Amino acid sequence: MVGITSYGAYIPRYRLNRKTIFAAMGWFNSATAGVARGEKAVANYDEDCVTMAVAAALDCLNGIARDEIGGLYLSSTTVPYLERQNAAICAAALALRVDIRTADFGASLKSGTTALISACDAVKSGDIKNFLVCAADSRQGKPGSSMEHTFGDGAAALIVGKDDVIAELKGSYSITSDIADYRRTQEERFTRGWEERWIRDEGYGKIIPEAVNGLLEKYNLEIGDFAKVVISCPVGGALNSICKKMGIESERIQDNMMNSIGDTGSSLSLMMLVAALEEAKAGDKILVVGYGNGSDALFFEVTDQIEKARDRMGIKRHLEHKEELDNYVKYLVYRDLIPVEIGIRGEEAPPIRLSLMHREGKTLTALCGSKCKVCGTPQYPKQRVCINPGCGAIDQMDDYYFYDKVGRIKSFTGDRLAFTIDPPATYGLIDFDEGGRLYLDITDCDLDSLKVGTYVKMGLRRRYADKRRGIYAYFWKAVPILEKNA
Amino acid sequence: MGCTKFGEQWDKSSEDLIVEAYKEAAEDAGIEIKDIDAAWYASCFEEVNVGRGGIPLARALKFPNIPVTRVENFCTSGTEAIRGACYAVASGACDIALALGCEKLKDTGFGGLPDLGTGEESRFYYPNLTAPGMFAQIANAYFAKYGLSREEGKRVLARISWKSHQNGAMNPRAHLRSTPSMDIIINAPIISDPLGLFDCCGVSDGAAAAIVVPADKAKEFRPDPIYIKALQISLTPATGIGHQSWDGIHLESTRVPGVKAYEEAGIKNPREEISLMELHDCFSISELITYESLQISPIGKARKDVEDGFFDLDGKIPCQSDGGLKCFGHPIGASGIRMAYEIYKQLQGKAEPEERQLKTNPILGLTHNHGGICGSLVCSVAMFGNEL
Repeated sequence: MVGITSYGAYIPRYRLNRKTIFAAMGWFNSATAGVARGEKAVANYDEDCVTMAVAAALDCLNGIARDEIGGLYLSSTTVPYLERQNAAICAAALALRVDIRTADFGASLKSGTTALISACDAVKSGDIKNFLVCAADSRQGKPGSSMEHTFGDGAAALIVGKDDVIAELKGSYSITSDIADYRRTQEERFTRGWEERWIRDEGYGKIIPEAVNGLLEKYNLEIGDFAKVVISCPVGGALNSICKKMGIESERIQDNMMNSIGDTGSSLSLMMLVAALEEAKAGDKILVVGYGNGSDALFFEVTDQIEKARDRMGIKRHLEHKEELDNYVKYLVYRDLIPVEIGIRGEEAPPIRLSLMHREGKTLTALCGSKCKVCGTPQYPKQRVCINPGCGAIDQMDDYYFYDKVGRIKSFTGDRLAFTIDPPATYGLIDFDEGGRLYLDITDCDLDSLKVGTYVKMGLRRRYADKRRGIYAYFWKAVPILEKNA
Repeated sequence: MGCTKFGEQWDKSSEDLIVEAYKEAAEDAGIEIKDIDAAWYASCFEEVNVGRGGIPLARALKFPNIPVTRVENFCTSGTEAIRGACYAVASGACDIALALGCEKLKDTGFGGLPDLGTGEESRFYYPNLTAPGMFAQIANAYFAKYGLSREEGKRVLARISWKSHQNGAMNPRAHLRSTPSMDIIINAPIISDPLGLFDCCGVSDGAAAAIVVPADKAKEFRPDPIYIKALQISLTPATGIGHQSWDGIHLESTRVPGVKAYEEAGIKNPREEISLMELHDCFSISELITYESLQISPIGKARKDVEDGFFDLDGKIPCQSDGGLKCFGHPIGASGIRMAYEIYKQLQGKAEPEERQLKTNPILGLTHNHGGICGSLVCSVAMFGNEL
């Protein structure tokens, strides 16, 4: 049996109410009134696809040993690097083994489901036992466009394996179509679309039923066999009309989350699948349809193992943890769409030493420190001489990872002198419950909400964006959590 | 000794500052350049207009092929220069040594200090730290541990800055000479929460110099030399940042050299025996915790002494009688020597103008510096007396 063995998701903390967008840009394109409903999830200034994919993967791994993972596919149409494998950055941050298969899947919005099918094939072949599939997107619509309203940010992660499967992949059917409904060239930052009515009719309206019918025919199924139908169609009208034509009642249609998250591109299908799994029960058949330059239709059957995989942030709990971004201009600054005066101090960023980052890769990307074999003190970064003033043992260290540890704020400040695109620069000393202390940036919080003793978890974030030299550097920050196990 | 005016010296180069501090010191000691056997030069941010090595000092004064050593140890750099000169003289290796510190900070184009320079690797894993940010954390931790509300805490800190402004206003060589009210200090814009503008010291250009000779020959140079009674430096090796044993407030690297300095100078009860102090008040909170670390005030209770005016110019132990880093200013490499200069003048009874001179016949002064990263700080404590 091959299928999904674990799931996880990530939705950034900020939500932008579409009325806020319309209030700012509706004067320019009054036709966007039709899509100016609900809210969309917006990545923080220090987040991108790599950080969101890693966050979803951490939710999905949830205690599963990193050494068990034999492959990682990252699906995204908005990767930070066009040359340099983004999946490899994720694998490094997650401290996966080096003898694994990694690849970036992209370009098409259906690359999320394609990556999932490919991972299942790899597991089926027997080559790889457990495959991690991550999908994350953060697409940008031009200010004043309807895509500015509809696009949202988020990520999903799934592990595919043979043991303890919670949803077995029973089959899939794919079609390819060179339909240029949405497109973006190498030089462009913003997605372009052809006329929406044409996409609705010739795109979603034709291609999705073709894939679904192909699957039903191939496996001799009826649409009524499925307890849940996951169709990654971000246009509500198109989705309803497809379902109506195919005879899918509304209670069996998985919510496309357009009112709460938005169109998360290549990760939409997998995020919707995670949401479906959160509600699924043993025996449920789930149909998953990815759309983009064709379509992938996948057929899962949920097993009784599903109950063992409930302890996740997933979609549901992430939706509850949100903060409104009530300032459209701030959103533009976060997305680097308008220049701001960063001052001479901000311009003085020294170059990032890539050879150093490579040498200290485990330390910097996977937050690996060390634990003294003599006194048991966790410490960061890895030390040759034990930092415990009462110990001082030399070269008695084991690797020790902090990225999955919970800590508490010992001291903190909001610094208005230090340069950051989101002042004040908030940082502090973090004492970890299992020992060890780190000096860390604190993100996804309001300064006023912090106290000495506030619990934090670790989140990978974009630490430096050196546009002059084309380098993004990642490091971990402390993210406040409400309770210890959040 | 010699000391320039500190401040935004837009029209002066580091050479101008070095020569000015040297000239006053040489005249004070009655010596010439050719008399100097060796020199120690303190500067911290060499990338801002001063330059590396001993060259800036040797070049400015045209030393004739004598040893000139640059020392840099964050904010203790000036005291390190004095230490180098003292150890050389004490060892008998030379008879007359110069310690001179100079810093040109105001050519950066922005407020505050340049990047702290913690090393290429740590730049990736430390937050984008600034000096006010590190000490602001100590303030938040202090408030939390000793039960002060933010308002109460800010008021105590404001009282410390208020006192330094009162002192600085009287000093023509000080950088900042205004006398803001407590309300203005408390309500000033936040630099790093909870520290506001007036909790932070001036970032300045300036230079200061000391001529060091053997104690038993000092009176050959002038009738009222000042003697160095203790000179201690200590560095915490990042344990505060990486090990939970540090409370995030009081600095071991201050307590330890303090204890050693009292022992070296034969001090049994510092609160009773010290006449005046120049503490490293880069921020109001750092002055507060130093009162406690140096055993002047009980741990967690310096607030009472602050509110009682214990450290005011007319208090029991005046602190920052020249305005301190807060108002006299803080050209890093010069600051330790500037503090010694103020103690020197006060112990000689020659502080200028006259109304600044302590009327209590001070006999023993203490200087203190700390710098680096909180949790991995280097601290110096030096003591000076007017009797051998």
